[in-house]
Amino acid sequence: MNFTKVPGRNRGKVLIYALSTCGWCKKTKQFLKDNGIEYSYVDVDLLQGDERDKIVKEVERWNPSLSFPTIVINDSLCVVGFDERKLRETLKI
Amino acid sequence: MIEISDGEVEKLYNKLKKEAEDAGYFLNSDTEFTKGLVKSLLINEKRYGYWACPCRLASGVKEKDLDIICPCDYRDADLNEYGACYCALYVSEDVANGKKQVTSIPERRRANPLERQNNFPMSNLKYPVWRCRVCGYLCARDQPPMVCPICKAKQERFERMI
Ligand code: SF4
Repeated sequence: MNFTKVPGRNRGKVLIYALSTCGWCKKTKQFLKDNGIEYSYVDVDLLQGDERDKIVKEVERWNPSLSFPTIVINDSLCVVGFDERKLRETLKI
Repeated sequence: MIEISDGEVEKLYNKLKKEAEDAGYFLNSDTEFTKGLVKSLLINEKRYGYWACPCRLASGVKEKDLDIICPCDYRDADLNEYGACYCALYVSEDVANGKKQVTSIPERRRANPLERQNNFPMSNLKYPVWRCRVCGYLCARDQPPMVCPICKAKQERFERMI
């Protein structure tokens, strides 16, 4: 798998689809880290070929505008962009 | 990993800041955040050959990414509507002065694609009129300028209007 795991308290499965160069993606990762929440992320811009195509399709399923960060929680809920309020609410931070 | 030195970041940051201010634009005053984005522009320059928007997934094919070369075609519309460009590298005056907060904003690119215009109504003007897709600057001359005098976008960002 292409995801990198960042340790912390488990509040369900938190996946961040990110870009390595994007400021809001960095803020999202930092926010979860600062609050000690476990998550996994993938920097889609660093992937190539089939791997990238596969992940892009995955992101588009949740977020057709293919924007970043796209955060998927427990395979059931999707947060688009760095939305601190929504993240606090959903992850009980 | 692509290495970019602090000196390179500083140099481009100062250049962009000056150009922005000379043209009535503002860089985000959160300098750490802003310099992170400037560094990302330099990374994208190294890996793609152009300043692909740091917050969008570039295809790596310049023709397909023209609309998202920084400053992108969507910057000014987002500045007007949200007080910041999509990455929040550029912000409105109120945001720059701390009167307004900036947050992550929706992606304008796919939701509202800008059509490239390629048929021109019959015109009896002496010169064609070119429009800068980044800032809207218009000029009537045989070819668009090499660099937009207002926003510094390159010639390839102009479209023929009339
Ligand atoms: S103007 Fe802002 S949103 Fe547009 S390409 Fe540059 S950094 Fe990205």
